[in-house]
Amino acid sequence: MALHRLSFRLRQMILQERHVRTLRTSGCVQQQEAVAESEPEPFSVFRTQESDPACHSEKHVGQFYTVPPAHVRIVFPYGLPRRYIEQVKTFNEACLMVRQPALEVISYLKKTDFSKPALRYVFYGVRGSGKSLSLCHTVHFCYTQGWLVLHIPDALRWVKDCTELLPSSYNTSRFDQPLQAVEWLRNFRTTNEQFLSKIKIKQRYVWTKREFTEEGSLLGELVDQGISRVKSSSDVVGALMKELRLQSGQPESNFRLAVAVNSVNALWGKSNIMKEDRSAVDPEELTLIHNLRKLMNNDWTGGAIITTVSQTGSVLIPKSAYLPQELLGKKGFDTMDPFVPVSVPNYSEKEFESCYLYYMDRHWLQHPQSLTEDGKKELIFLSNRNPTMLERICSSL
Amino acid sequence: MAASCVRTVGSFLGKCGNSCSSINSVTSQLSRQVLRRQICVSSALHRKNQSNRTPPKFTAEFIEQQVEEFNIGKRHLANMMGEDPENFTQEDIDRSIAYLFPSGLFEKRALPVMKHPDEIFPKQKAVQWGEDGRPFHFLFYTGKQSYYSVMHELYNKIQNLEKYQDRLRAKGLFSQDVKQISLGSSRWLTKEEVEGVLVETITDHNYNRLIQLMERLLSMPYCALEEEFVMRYRQQLETQSRKQTVPPLQRDERGVAFSTAEGRRKTSNSTVVLRDCGSGKVSINGQESIRYFPVLQDREQLMFPLQFMDMLGRFDLECTVSGGGRSSQAGSLRLAISRALLSFLSEGEMENMRQVTVFRSVAAGLEGCSKLYAAVIGRFSVSQLMVLSAWRSCRWLTGQLFRPLALLKKLHLDKSFHIV
Repeated sequence: MALHRLSFRLRQMILQERHVRTLRTSGCVQQQEAVAESEPEPFSVFRTQESDPACHSEKHVGQFYTVPPAHVRIVFPYGLPRRYIEQVKTFNEACLMVRQPALEVISYLKKTDFSKPALRYVFYGVRGSGKSLSLCHTVHFCYTQGWLVLHIPDALRWVKDCTELLPSSYNTSRFDQPLQAVEWLRNFRTTNEQFLSKIKIKQRYVWTKREFTEEGSLLGELVDQGISRVKSSSDVVGALMKELRLQSGQPESNFRLAVAVNSVNALWGKSNIMKEDRSAVDPEELTLIHNLRKLMNNDWTGGAIITTVSQTGSVLIPKSAYLPQELLGKKGFDTMDPFVPVSVPNYSEKEFESCYLYYMDRHWLQHPQSLTEDGKKELIFLSNRNPTMLERICSSL
Repeated sequence: MAASCVRTVGSFLGKCGNSCSSINSVTSQLSRQVLRRQICVSSALHRKNQSNRTPPKFTAEFIEQQVEEFNIGKRHLANMMGEDPENFTQEDIDRSIAYLFPSGLFEKRALPVMKHPDEIFPKQKAVQWGEDGRPFHFLFYTGKQSYYSVMHELYNKIQNLEKYQDRLRAKGLFSQDVKQISLGSSRWLTKEEVEGVLVETITDHNYNRLIQLMERLLSMPYCALEEEFVMRYRQQLETQSRKQTVPPLQRDERGVAFSTAEGRRKTSNSTVVLRDCGSGKVSINGQESIRYFPVLQDREQLMFPLQFMDMLGRFDLECTVSGGGRSSQAGSLRLAISRALLSFLSEGEMENMRQVTVFRSVAAGLEGCSKLYAAVIGRFSVSQLMVLSAWRSCRWLTGQLFRPLALLKKLHLDKSFHIV
């Protein structure tokens, strides 16, 4: 694309001619109008001004939209992939690309029938193709629509490298993970602030001899209980999930539940954690996983379950596996079946173009060779249009 | 020097006796000195003095005797191997020796060898003077008779050529565009090589004067008459692309052109099918390039031949590779891609690529520079290339093996490369 070499005003003119949707004036005065009114907001091929995911459509495929900074703090306290967080910090804005898989799932979500059991969507694809960020896009959509978002950004974190493992107080054969549970509760509280004071719990929970949560108290209290009393936090998480599962879909509840789990294959895979006698812990024996598995069943209504399966970081799974069946294993597949598989491919030509222009716009590509056509061809060859690879090649040393 | 290092099979006993006696004479000299001066001399010093002595002189009779022994030994060897003694060539001798004396050594100079004595014993001057003490050659008393005789001969030729040209001008048949000697594929012999030809030492100044006079001869239009004489002092350069066979361009049933080529590096073998009208897809052993080569460096290796010829998005690559490690597989694929690319290129572009690949093979000979040749893309002049190929025999380079950038600086080539 030679657009970046043209002068600013010329660019406006050409872009105005191309983007019919942005033309609001009559045809004969488009040139002057473009110059006059687009000075404050630079338009570009790779960006869209539409920051509401509900309004994204096929027209916006390949374009970057900016997540409003307020939403970033609330919706994604630690929900974004690590490298993406660094990019957000560097560029001072969180731009997500609108891509076909996420749009597909969003369109399905828009048409959900909330009286039927929750549908399960699974993003799958090769390593680095953009599954986690597609999930984040969908989560942003759910948030803007006012749904209650139960976002587990990385189920693998619950299954690997756990330093503190307590025997569960509720069921002695299981293990608690207090630190992970507390962290997750905190983030849940940040994301769903508004619902905490609206939803009431329907059951009485006894934590210890002296602590209990009465029936009819607010959800917020339950969450605070879990955060303050670290020892029982895993059970609080379980209770929370159970409450939400039972209440969503009921006629008197006024919220929709969106369960978003990244790397859901961790629930049925192997775990890294070892007991004192050096034997491996089955994920089933972890309280958090046990409760999450119950959520994954489609026996509740009034919401949707959106997940991804990924090989990266999963324990003892070959690198070549990327299909849901391979990654979920027999048990997982049987539980998740039926689900809607959504494939996330590498960038198409248009999307690659868009990403390249975005990096150039942010002055991220510093090497003079990278600004030429030849440089772009090199990038295509070296990254094979894989989003992560492209990001790694263009990143700092 | 060569005599003491190499052990020939044919003249085993005779030489052993020779070298032993010479060593003994030296040590006896030293011991006499020790007694006189009463200085304690360690054995290390003994060894040092021995290495400084002049090479042993071989008489003409001795060489003749060696030649006879070699010929007899050759017939014996042929009988041993069950082959025809009359038609036993040097290659057959090498083969038989390698069979009879198998060795796991890598140093070629340490392997047993049986060659004609002329190739083993250093060339020595025959006796220069007769029985009456008068030297044969008229330039004997210059000290460097061969060198000065060559210079005289050369100058004579120049004068003869000028006379010839004058005669032609007088007849009116002089023309500037006569067939010239083609010097493109050869270079002047170095000073050491000239010394070997003349069998005497010459100084740098002498060498420069010789080359100057040669150039003067070559500047004359009718120098082609003396071509044979000039070529005696020039060394042919082996060029890679003459040995490089271009793979044929095939077409499949849809009419799309494709070519196949193989490549090898260390212990990896690879085959590449390059299809035209493609989109830049790369599949290696059925997997994507990202999956098979997670490291960026390996993918860059695949990219270099295509990038050099600006044909990045044009071809589809179907590669199969086996053996070796990650780097060597990438290197063999790179070679295979460049070979397959040859069938899509014109002559001029092939020359361009050849220059880069010649450097690569020269540098690959300096094993430590393997990362350098993997990283360097450059276009540079043929004279620089010739310098590089001449350096192959230099010993100081072995010390430079692991400092590729310093090596480039030394050869004053650091500005001409774009290091990636």
